[in-house]
Amino acid sequence: MANDTANQRLEVEHLQRQIQELTRQPPSDDGAKDLEALRRRLDGLRRESSPELTSWHRVQLSRHPRRPHVQDFIELVFSDFSPLHGDRRFADDPAMIGGMARFHGEPCVVLGTQKGRDTEQKLFRNFGMPKPEGYRKALRLMQLAQKFDRPIFIFIDTAGAYPGIGAEERGQAEAIAQNLREMALLTVPVLVTITGEGGSGGALGIGIGDRVYMLEHAYYSVISPEGCAAILWKDQSRVEEAANALKITSSHLRHLGIVDEVIPEPEGGAHNDPGQTAASVDRQLKEGLKALKSLSAEQLVLERSRRFRLLGEASRPSDPTPDSDSRP
Amino acid sequence: MAWFKKEKAPIVPTRDRTVRTEGLWQKCEECKQTLWKKDLEPTFHVCPQCDFHFRVSAGERLERFFDGGRYKEYDRDLVSDDPLQFVDKKAYRQRLRDMQAASGMKDALLAAEGKVGGKTVCVCAMEPSFISGSMGVVVGEKITRAIERCLEKKHPLIIISCSGGARMQEGALSLMQMAKITGALARMDRERLPYISVMTNPTTGGVTASYAMLGDLNIAEPGALIGFAGPRVIEQTIRQKLPPGFQRSEFLLQHGMLDAIVQRKDLKAYCVKALEFFGF
Ligand SMILES: [Zn+2]
Repeated sequence: MANDTANQRLEVEHLQRQIQELTRQPPSDDGAKDLEALRRRLDGLRRESSPELTSWHRVQLSRHPRRPHVQDFIELVFSDFSPLHGDRRFADDPAMIGGMARFHGEPCVVLGTQKGRDTEQKLFRNFGMPKPEGYRKALRLMQLAQKFDRPIFIFIDTAGAYPGIGAEERGQAEAIAQNLREMALLTVPVLVTITGEGGSGGALGIGIGDRVYMLEHAYYSVISPEGCAAILWKDQSRVEEAANALKITSSHLRHLGIVDEVIPEPEGGAHNDPGQTAASVDRQLKEGLKALKSLSAEQLVLERSRRFRLLGEASRPSDPTPDSDSRP
Repeated sequence: MAWFKKEKAPIVPTRDRTVRTEGLWQKCEECKQTLWKKDLEPTFHVCPQCDFHFRVSAGERLERFFDGGRYKEYDRDLVSDDPLQFVDKKAYRQRLRDMQAASGMKDALLAAEGKVGGKTVCVCAMEPSFISGSMGVVVGEKITRAIERCLEKKHPLIIISCSGGARMQEGALSLMQMAKITGALARMDRERLPYISVMTNPTTGGVTASYAMLGDLNIAEPGALIGFAGPRVIEQTIRQKLPPGFQRSEFLLQHGMLDAIVQRKDLKAYCVKALEFFGF
């Protein structure tokens, strides 16, 4: 049994190396096919090697009290971080952190949601749930990066945008909507990594990237499993079924094309070795940035919009009838 | 009590609905007055006593909005292929089939093109009775295609929203429709083609947090519930009762989120005037 697991782990590592090598090759049809085949085997192996990890287990791992937070990734992957504050409209939102930094020496903007570790920090960070000023601050930093032609790195770990009176008064929906539209037009590389919770519109509000990566045990969902269970099953305790039905795990989302790459976590989850996790994130970001830097500003915008345009295009009529007038 | 139960019952087949609408009287949800149905026709389902705006189907909206009730419908056959093979208490596939049979629609939105005040306009209208008017892949795809037609033919766009938000049964793909639609709207914005967003009761969640709030004009019918989070979610989070009028059109206008509140009977004339201002 132990031997089996060890063998599987070796094979996973081998596959990962092969995939990395292939992605470094110049793109070709054959290469793309090979890559897809390898990835499918890898996804299958991962599912096999941790069959005990249900969708709901992963949700719990993504919320693990010792899981590395966005601030940790900023410190472990970037250097020279100087935080920037405020949306220049209303306030600084401590749930959304960001600033100038260096990635392998190159100046960049890095930002994301921050949860807070102890009770005091959690309250200060509003449990990582941004308000409109957080989304507006994030957009301000992104446009700053664009103005000075710097790449943008975004980390997502939030249960969602904050549902409160002030947040609604100040236009939570409008703030997220603006971000979606403006991020589509950014002329610099945008690399998004979902490190923990990817809670619905609150995550998507900073989630429009040229590349969207996801840590192995992170989740990304239209609604929390708890919320879904309460609404569709009318029973909060049915979270496991809801988590399964929603297909929120990294391998599902990669399969759906919502996520480009799954970043592996150490045995037992990211909290067991934050350093190793950050190194994997770093590798993936470096590779992604390198590929994006070969694209012009127009190509970036075009490719990004195409990436999202293709999501959910599957619904084709089986037997189409022509478009019709209301009165023939 | 029996009355409330009836309202919460699953959608009734078309036959029963026709029978019901053939009744002569209707009770106003707001002022509880019993209204003579004929009186609701000239007001287009607005209570003459208290101004309450009843829900209107997408088909009725379009018919009322386009000149002479004439329009061309697009992509009417697009249908969800249940990308997650979602099953809760009931299989989503079955839920869809039942809805389709009951409504005669394939999903929660009609996309159309026709003349409005003599101007050619693309109009999308959401259907509140179809799984709460929720936005899944089909709604996302139909709106995006409508925007692409506007870009190609240089037409203005009007979207009449009425929706509980993203559709849970299509998971993160529903969420991605927000990105897909707003990406297309970004192009429309850059091409300086007008888009008027009309919000009706209710417009919440992922619909509000994407295309509904991105109009060159954001307008709403009176008294419509408009917000990101639903009132119940907010109450549970902050553990207090919400003030009266919270998240209603008038509240949003006061907080700077709407350009105007427009009576249903004035909606068409308002849009025509705005389109003239935009040079159409
Ligand atoms: Zn009334």
